[in-house]
Amino acid sequence: MSHHLLEFRDVRFRYPDGTEALKGVSFLITHGESVGIVGANGAGKSTVLLHMNGHLLPTSGTVTVGEVPLRRETRPEIRRKVGVVFQNPDDQLFMPTVFDDVAFGPLNLGLPPDRVRERVHAALRQVGALALADKPPHHLSGGEKSAVAIATVIAMEPDILVMDEPAASLDPKSRRSVIGLLNSFTHSKIVASHDLDLILDVCARCLVIRDGAIVADGPTPEILSDAILLAENNLELPLTLQGRPAREGARR
Amino acid sequence: MHMADALLSPAVGGAFWAGTIGTIGYASKRLSERLDDRTIPLMGVLGAFIFASQMINFTIPGTGSSGHLGGGMILAVLVGPHAAFLVMASVLTAQALFFADGGLLALGCNIWNLGFYPCFVACPLIYKPLAGDGRSARRILVASLASGIVALQLGAFSVVLQTLLSGKIALPFTTFLLMMQPIHLAIGIVEGFVTAGVIHYVRAARPEILDSSSSSAPLAAGISLRSVLIGFVALAVATGGALSWFASTHPDGLEWAIGKVTGKDELPEQEHGVPAALKNVQEKTAFLPGYGFKPAAGEPKEKTRETQTPAWPNVDAGTSLSGLIGGVLVLAMVLGIGWAIRAFRGKRSAPPSARPGL
Amino acid sequence: MRFEAAYSGIGRLDRLSYRDTVVHRLDPRAKVIATLLFVVAVVSFPRYEILSLFPFFLFPVLIGALGDIPAGFIAKKVVAVSPFAVFVGIFNPLFDPGVVAIAPGVLVSAGWVSFASILVKFALTISAALLLIATTSFPGICRGLRRLGLPALFVSQLLFLYRYLFVLMEEAMRVVRARDMRSFGKRGAGTLVFVRIVGTLFLRTVERAERIYGAMLARGFRGEVPSIRRETLRPSDAVFVLAAGCFFALCRFVPVPQMVGRLVRGLAG
Repeated sequence: MSHHLLEFRDVRFRYPDGTEALKGVSFLITHGESVGIVGANGAGKSTVLLHMNGHLLPTSGTVTVGEVPLRRETRPEIRRKVGVVFQNPDDQLFMPTVFDDVAFGPLNLGLPPDRVRERVHAALRQVGALALADKPPHHLSGGEKSAVAIATVIAMEPDILVMDEPAASLDPKSRRSVIGLLNSFTHSKIVASHDLDLILDVCARCLVIRDGAIVADGPTPEILSDAILLAENNLELPLTLQGRPAREGARR
Repeated sequence: MHMADALLSPAVGGAFWAGTIGTIGYASKRLSERLDDRTIPLMGVLGAFIFASQMINFTIPGTGSSGHLGGGMILAVLVGPHAAFLVMASVLTAQALFFADGGLLALGCNIWNLGFYPCFVACPLIYKPLAGDGRSARRILVASLASGIVALQLGAFSVVLQTLLSGKIALPFTTFLLMMQPIHLAIGIVEGFVTAGVIHYVRAARPEILDSSSSSAPLAAGISLRSVLIGFVALAVATGGALSWFASTHPDGLEWAIGKVTGKDELPEQEHGVPAALKNVQEKTAFLPGYGFKPAAGEPKEKTRETQTPAWPNVDAGTSLSGLIGGVLVLAMVLGIGWAIRAFRGKRSAPPSARPGL
Repeated sequence: MRFEAAYSGIGRLDRLSYRDTVVHRLDPRAKVIATLLFVVAVVSFPRYEILSLFPFFLFPVLIGALGDIPAGFIAKKVVAVSPFAVFVGIFNPLFDPGVVAIAPGVLVSAGWVSFASILVKFALTISAALLLIATTSFPGICRGLRRLGLPALFVSQLLFLYRYLFVLMEEAMRVVRARDMRSFGKRGAGTLVFVRIVGTLFLRTVERAERIYGAMLARGFRGEVPSIRRETLRPSDAVFVLAAGCFFALCRFVPVPQMVGRLVRGLAG
């Protein structure tokens, strides 16, 4: 199953202004894994994600998706395998209607119209948004936008699903339904988020990034219960692990 | 200042529609030949940006009155004339629909007045030479002011011309001109200041945006752009000349065409109504010797002969009364039909059925 | 305040356009063509014509009623955009003082007649444009324009504009609110502040466009915005255009009110 694997080997990246964002990142993700990426603001999470589908190319080191090494000319192939859902659904959903937006990727893959329609329907059904097909994105609620944003990527049938803050600024109920959605996928998943409870619910494995390097890599429950490690990274224990008697405190 | 459908004749509206669509086609073609992919979303989002910015009001210093942004100059400087024209065209189209600013027939005129002049005349012929490499704040200010003023003056002149060629209003040419041009001088100065300010702001924050646009804006070479523009101006002048001839001989193209096709007998009202009206227009506008848009090519003899004709036909009182009664009846019937449909619908959908989409 | 009023007006038109009625279901191209024919027919009347324009009200009235569009809302919007036409037309009575009889014994100056004609034409054409967008979704109109032959690049601009219009209006509205909350009287709302607001909005827009471009690339964008055909002209669309066209032609070439009036007087007397 080597084609479902993503490997970063000593990836370094320097922005044009000289900032060194990644200082030798290495990890390996195998088929079916769900991996959380956490870290402080500016630690390099987004930069890592942007390397996964070739939006950025490493200054040195290699990124390999399946058998394919990431290079300028292999980017289209890589993008077919790695689907990225960006943080702000308003940036992700750029077409005038939900249907057009979900169809954008499959049409670019060169599929015939009938196959495109099938894919759009399947993807929208999978995220429970089939009824929204003819709506323009600005008529959707935050939760609906997130679901549709995920559908736009699923419709391309990628091998790996990469998400940046999939539940940011959603109300608790919508957040819960996005978590349910993510758990229903059998894809390999990579999720970057500050929402540690979400990571705990969705990802079996967790990477911690600090200053452009991986400082911890292991099973999520272990990593996210290491209070010292979390504190060093501007993070804190997930609420579900804090065991705080929240209710009594609030009622007093 | 948006041109309105009600002030236009089909001939003038149609001619500017044709000119505008031609320019949209030309700009699209030139752009797609050397388009950087990332310009496609950029232009679209900039359209939304201009639309939203035009809704923000600000106080004009010294007057206390409220100003609004045009935006054509800013766009032309920041993304180049072709992209800017397409963006302005899309902004004005959206406004014609959502605000009904002017209406659909006038849309061609409005895109021309507010898009063509800043993008294809003021920016390349005035802003670029004056601003030079765009490093000096003072040169940017001077260039923005000059090009803002010229763009707005041309636009206002164009509105006057389109209105008078259409022959729907009685306002004499010079009077109209004297009202429009000074107002638009003020608006042009404000537009120039705002343009300079925004360009300066963008230059300070993200200089690479300006550099990339100025390097990619001229098409192949400066000379070819110049010649294209001169071609366009010549075309515009020629169109204007042809138009003014057409409009002055037949202020109402459709009217004239109908007369040709059907013979005059079938149009008893227009038979005495229109030619009299149009002669009235001719007579009024012909007193403006200096402007030469008048029918120099027309028929001066007929004009002088008709100078004494009263503006209004002698309406037969009987016809007029019938018309009046009929008009009121027709209006009442139309409103009745509308009311009946609404009442019927209201009854049918009495249980407030959840309408999809709302 | 004015910003928010304009914003909510656009929002309401936009929501209306997604209703599902007989009119909304017509093909966008059919409605665009019919509306253009309507506008051309109306403005082709000579400057002193009023009565013959009345039958044309049937078109907006029918579209509004069948499309379930609130008449008051459209009427208010028509009035809101009237100043320029009124400003220019109001000079007609001044410069065109010839006296005419509009009914036996009732004399007015010809300028008033032509001014009234402008106002009637204005009400007709503007309400038709508003009803077009109230009964046809903006993306639908864009797809219609594309099929009518406008360049793909231009139409994709319109679609992007529509997609981000509400996002950017909200962004601008937040900035304006923040400005007005800390401005007192004329201070704070001046040109310099405005320039900074527009400059900031511009830069944010450019950054947004960069993110959008990234999202497009991630889904295989290669310079073409693809689209999938979804509308087909049905017989009902053709019937609509044909009927509308015939009606406009009839009202344009036959003085309907005169005939109705004569008929009524004939019956009465």
